This record gives sequence, C-alpha cells and structure tokens, in this order.
Amino acid sequence: MSETNKAMIEQYRNSFLSEVEANVEEGEWVKMCMQCGVCSGSCPLGKHWAHPPQEIFMMIRAGKRDEVLTSDSMWMCTSCYNCVVRCPRQLPITHIMHGLATYAKKLGLAPKNQPTARFAEIFWNNMMKKGRVNELKLGLSLYFKDGFGAGIKESLRNKDLGMKMMKAKRMAASEFFGGHGVKDIGGVQKMIQKAQEIEDARMKKFD
Amino acid sequence: MAKREYSYYPGCSSQKGASSSNLMKSVDTMCEELDIQLNEIPDWNCCSASIGYASGSELPRLTLSARNIALSEEHNKNQEIVATCAACWLATKEAAERLKEDESMFAEANQALAEAGLKLQNNTPIKHMAEVIIEDIGLEQIRAGVKKPLEGIKIAGYVGCQTNRPFGIAGESFENPMYLDNLVGSLGADACTTYEKKVQCCGGALAFSEPEKSQEMIKGIIEAAYDNEADMIATPCPLCQANVEIYQDQINERFGTKFNIPVVYYSQLISVAYGRSASDAALDGQLIAAKKLEDIASK
Ligand code: SF4
Ligand code: SF4
Ligand code: SF4
Ligand code: SF4
Repeated sequence: MSETNKAMIEQYRNSFLSEVEANVEEGEWVKMCMQCGVCSGSCPLGKHWAHPPQEIFMMIRAGKRDEVLTSDSMWMCTSCYNCVVRCPRQLPITHIMHGLATYAKKLGLAPKNQPTARFAEIFWNNMMKKGRVNELKLGLSLYFKDGFGAGIKESLRNKDLGMKMMKAKRMAASEFFGGHGVKDIGGVQKMIQKAQEIEDARMKKFD
Repeated sequence: MAKREYSYYPGCSSQKGASSSNLMKSVDTMCEELDIQLNEIPDWNCCSASIGYASGSELPRLTLSARNIALSEEHNKNQEIVATCAACWLATKEAAERLKEDESMFAEANQALAEAGLKLQNNTPIKHMAEVIIEDIGLEQIRAGVKKPLEGIKIAGYVGCQTNRPFGIAGESFENPMYLDNLVGSLGADACTTYEKKVQCCGGALAFSEPEKSQEMIKGIIEAAYDNEADMIATPCPLCQANVEIYQDQINERFGTKFNIPVVYYSQLISVAYGRSASDAALDGQLIAAKKLEDIASK
C-alpha cells in the first residue's frame, strides 16, 4: 500500500482504536473481534461487569474513550483465561483487559478506590522492595499458622467487607511482607526501571 | 525409577520459614519417592503473578520472568524449568512465548536484563509439575509405585483455571480435563468424574479484593463437591487450595451453609499412597483435617 493510501485510511480510523492499538498491551488485536459474544458469556464475574469484553471491544471501535477507560469492568477480570481458550478468533482477551486497566490507571482514569487496583498496587510495590512477595503470608495455604492468618480472619469476621477488608489487608500486607528477598535486589530494581523507561518511550501521545 | 533433574522455580510458596507449607513439603516428599531432583534457580524473583499487571505494565512484567529464565539458563544449564505454582508457571511460560514471538520485545527485555548483568537465550522449556507427573513419568509408573491405595476415598478433582488454561496439559480438553481424575484413580481413590466445577474459577487474587463476589463462586465449587458425594477436594493449585479451604467459615456465615470439606494437593495424595507419614505429606498443615487420608497414612 502506498504511504498516501495509508494516511487516508488512518484519517478515517477512529482515533481511540488507534490509541488502543498503539498503547495497550495486545491492543492491535481489538479489530479482529467478530462480536460473537463468547467471551462475555465466559467471565466468572460476568454479572458484575457493566460492559463485558465483547462490548468493550465494540465501544473501543465506536470511540467511547472515557466510558471504556473509566469503566470498572476490566478490573473484574480474574485472569481465568476462559475467554482466551474459547474465542474463535483467538484474541488474547485476558491481556487486553489487563492492558486496558493498566493504561487507564496510567492516565489517571481508573475508578477511584477500585479494590483490585489497590490490591495490585500493594502487591507490586511490596514485591519491588525485595524482589519477592511473601505470598505464603499474603495468600497461600499455610500462612494461617502465624499471625497473618489471624489478621485475615479478624478482618473477615467483620461483616462490613469491601473497603474495610481492603484496609485490613493493606495493613496486614505491609506488616508481613518481607523477610525473604532477592540478593541482587539492586539489579532487579535497575532492570525494572530500565524496562519501564523503554516502554514509556514507545508510548504514543493521544488526547 | 530413573533419576530426573529439573531447574526449579519454587515461587513464593517455598520460602524458608514456610516449612508448614503443605504444598512445598508434600512436593519434596513426592519428589523423593519419584526420584526427582529439583535444583532451585539461584536468586529467583517473584513473577508478579496475574495481579502485578495493574502496576507493572507489559515489559517490566515480562522482564521479571525473563530474569528467572536467564538465571536458570546460566546456572542450571540444559535443565527444563519446573514450577509448582500455577501462576508462576503461567507467567513464566507466557513470558517465554511472548518473547519468542516478538523479536523487538525480546531485544528490549535483554536490554533491561543487561542492567542486572544477565542475558536471556530463551530456549528453555517451562513445565508445570503436573506435566512432569503426567507426561514425563506417566500414570502407569505412578500406579506401579503405590504402596497404600487410597481405597474408600471419594475425591473431587479441582483443576481450577491457570493449571488448565491457556496452556494446560497436552491432549487434555480445556473444558473437561481428565488427568487429575486419572491420577486420583491410579492412586486407588475414587474420582468424582462428574464434578462439574472442576475448572470453575475461584476468583484468584480477587478473592482478596472482591471477597463477596468471589465467595459466591467458591460456594458453588464446594457445593458441587458435596453433590458429587466427595469426601475431599484435591487440587494442583496453591491459590485454589487456599481460596477453597479458608473461606468455608465465611461462606457458612454468609450463606447459612455447613461446609467443612478438606482441600488437599495431588502431591499429598501421592505422598500418602506411596506410604509416607501424615507429617511427610504435610497433612498437619490443613485447616480442615483430611481424616480419611490421615487414617490411611497411619495404617
Ligand atoms: S469471543 Fe472473541 S470474537 Fe467473540 S466477541 Fe469475544 S473477543 Fe470477539
Ligand atoms: S480472563 Fe478475564 S476477561 Fe477472560 S473470561 Fe476470565 S475474567 Fe473474563
Ligand atoms: S506467582 Fe505467586 S507464588 Fe509465583 S512467584 Fe509470583 S507471587 Fe510468588
Ligand atoms: S481456580 Fe482460582 S486460584 Fe486456581 S488458577 Fe483459577 S483463579 Fe487461580
């Protein structure tokens, strides 16, 4: 295709789709969606999604930038990969959902106090301190034998879950993270910083 | 049995001080019995699981896993990487595949890795321990080593999501994988082959951030086990195990149910069937005691 033709096509293209293609993980796949709806029927927490994946893809093509990026929906993705193994067009839906959530957060458009966004941030920040998450204490089987389990149980006993639960978790999390870490933590941190720089440098500006 | 060696990515469930971890301890016991030697990847780091994405975007995440693979390639040469945690396996394998497909991303990851003095070749297979049991060793061999068949125990095999999707075990269906049931059968126990929630998601990390929504799903997973008259649930996944076992009290409170069903690992089943003690099989690590397994272990 000649450069002029390409430019003509770009011009008619909805810019939010271009933006997603450029800046969202696996975003170039969005246009491959054929709107069959299989993914939407696959999300375990589907009834809580205001816009299930199929609809999100449609909205991206319709240029509904704010509605998509401020949506709570993709934060309900449990990374179960049901959609991925079922999609007849083999879209990496899980990663697109993650990518949209990450991108929205980067732009400051993610819903405030979204519990999964906050949990993810605690998780990541703590991991970056030592290079490892003490997931045993965070979430895996036998941390119940020590104090952390009691902490979680305490917060669970609280009928008012939701944000209170989140708060308790954050306290518990920061209290119990650590102990084990990567020896070359300096190297890990430099490596991640570099990776972030490289990625940021290839982001395109839209608005 | 011939000795097998793997480069081991333990993930966070193996860290010292976690000696009470029933997964890790029973995997150690199982590996002794199956003559598997696991060589830990020196100085491995967390892969950030399926939740890191919201703060760590694509390249940083891929680089985290790339570091582990690079360390393995440097120190545990020519050994396949094995993980016991579904999320670890998935993140590592996914990173390896992504960096294979995308040359510029591969170059970028190596550019970042250079900051830590490492270089990724990316030609190492990434396996889940379940693949080692099912594919490398095979159920025939497993069956042949059983000393104490798990007779009279009915087990709902809960495969969960990430052990099963998107990679899973070669030749198995995503919607109705049979390998866990087959494993249970080859140990002499009775598999609930019509356990319809075997690949139902438990909410994963959202069990922390969205407890109400997740617990509703977990309720279904447990209810179906009871409906299938299971004595216990068995799973390969550490987060599944935790999510399905620990919230039973909460679910009982919330929904007026009376759940109290043990949730064990396949490695605990193998350890007991191979004649090891309840403590070697880490059965003392259950919140809800697996009495029927304890009885066989102490026979
Ligand atoms: S399953 Fe695939 S093709 Fe169908 S709507 Fe979802 S993303 Fe589109
Ligand atoms: S991975 Fe996410 S988007 Fe896909 S079915 Fe599961 S919850 Fe839905
Ligand atoms: S996936 Fe979980 S267990 Fe594995 S390294 Fe990451 S945090 Fe640890
Ligand atoms: S079943 Fe639950 S813990 Fe297991 S992989 Fe799926 S979401 Fe994760």
